[in-house]
Amino acid sequence: MRGSTPPTPARAQILAIDGVRGGRLVPNDDLIGPIDSSDEWIRQRTGIITRARARADQSVIDLAADASVRVLARANLAATDIDAIILATVTHFFQTPSAAAILAERIGARGAAAWDISAACAGYCYGIGHADALVRAGAARHVLVVGAEKLSDFIDPTDRTISYLLGDGAGAAIVGVGATQGIGPTVWGTDGSRAGLVGQTRGWREPGAAPPTLTQEGPSVYRWAVTAIPKLARQAVAAAGIDLADLGAFIPHQANLRIVDQFVKALKLPDHVVVARDIVETGNTSAASVPLATERLLREGTVPGGALALSVGFGAGLAYAAQVTRLPGGEQ
Amino acid sequence: MALDKSEVLAGLTEIIVDETGLPAESVAPGKSFVDDLDVDSLSMMTIVTLAEDKFSVRIPDEAVKDLTTVGEAVEYIVAAEAPH
Ligand SMILES: CC(C)(COP(=O)(O)OP(=O)(O)OC[C@H]1O[C@@H](n2cnc3c(N)ncnc32)[C@H](O)[C@@H]1OP(=O)(O)O)[C@@H](O)C(=O)NCCC(=O)NCCS
Repeated sequence: MRGSTPPTPARAQILAIDGVRGGRLVPNDDLIGPIDSSDEWIRQRTGIITRARARADQSVIDLAADASVRVLARANLAATDIDAIILATVTHFFQTPSAAAILAERIGARGAAAWDISAACAGYCYGIGHADALVRAGAARHVLVVGAEKLSDFIDPTDRTISYLLGDGAGAAIVGVGATQGIGPTVWGTDGSRAGLVGQTRGWREPGAAPPTLTQEGPSVYRWAVTAIPKLARQAVAAAGIDLADLGAFIPHQANLRIVDQFVKALKLPDHVVVARDIVETGNTSAASVPLATERLLREGTVPGGALALSVGFGAGLAYAAQVTRLPGGEQ
Repeated sequence: MALDKSEVLAGLTEIIVDETGLPAESVAPGKSFVDDLDVDSLSMMTIVTLAEDKFSVRIPDEAVKDLTTVGEAVEYIVAAEAPH
């Protein structure tokens, strides 16, 4: 086709990351009654002390909009600079219209291409993979990637498999053209043979049934994660052409502190690599967990801007994705 | 080729020591994972997963709950089939 000569491939970077957590930090003691649990059990098995929960009148789009406004300000960009919005979520109540289209309008990015992706706790890392490809292909100059969840809308307080783990929040990143390539290859995939391990109690259309809530087969998911994810992490590091020792930070999905610690052990991660442990306060926020954990490391200054971070998402699907990125700020 | 029981016990002991930090002397066939070795359900999953790798056998999730003692785990691994 005439006039469609591909532009010189651009280089993609993460220009900024920010996020918001649900405003109420709910302690274990507030949840243990209906699941016959204890503060001690939850701390010992999961590391969680509180989880962030949003107000009843806040929607997943409200959380996504707050995170988006913040990340735009941090990147010094206007909403009109955004060409594409990718919103990873499993807690938007509508199949259509997409939450991303409504988010675009809410933040003043009308006209941007916008769509949702459903990859559960791997959603943000999937989104970064999409955005990287779009920017490098010249299909967009600035992509807003948001992982947003209001999981408390999908909780059965009597479910002891997952309800007490979950929190609410949104994390956002802007992927844009940079002077150097700051996003390594995304190593990703799914294992649909295990689709039954994490998900909803039922579909939306079971006559007479209550709306679905979330549930999981925790021990099987745990075992899959500690087996499969360290291998995935090593692949992403190798694909980026670096060694684990070159990392400044390791930011796995915040599913369970015990899983995070097991990854660190299995990878024999060098001591200088800072490990994200946001789950202790925020809980598991699914698609929001990796960007929120990243936001905390940058805000608290535990990792300098410009450091290399290994992000890994994994969850329902089972879907998984990992990539090495250069954190925003510092030398790009 | 069948695995040798004493080799499996030695290998499994190494995994348990690494996971729990207990001295090797405290691990013996008669010891219960939960009651004697303070191995909880998550540590048990890790031990089983590492044992699968080490001995090239498959130990399905459903089987794990029945492995109460170190000796039972050794017996299971010796009798287990190789993964396909
Ligand atoms: C969810 C998880 C913390 C459960 O821990 P677990 O130790 O595997 O739990 P189990 O189901 O094996 O139960 C172990 C024991 O704790 C009890 N138990 C289970 N859930 C409990 C709860 N919420 N509170 C108190 N006790 C609980 C069980 O009854 C069982 O007791 P028993 O040994 O006396 O029979 C853990 O499996 C996990 O983190 N899995 C991975 C989750 C994940 O990564 N999900 C990804 C999607 S985001």
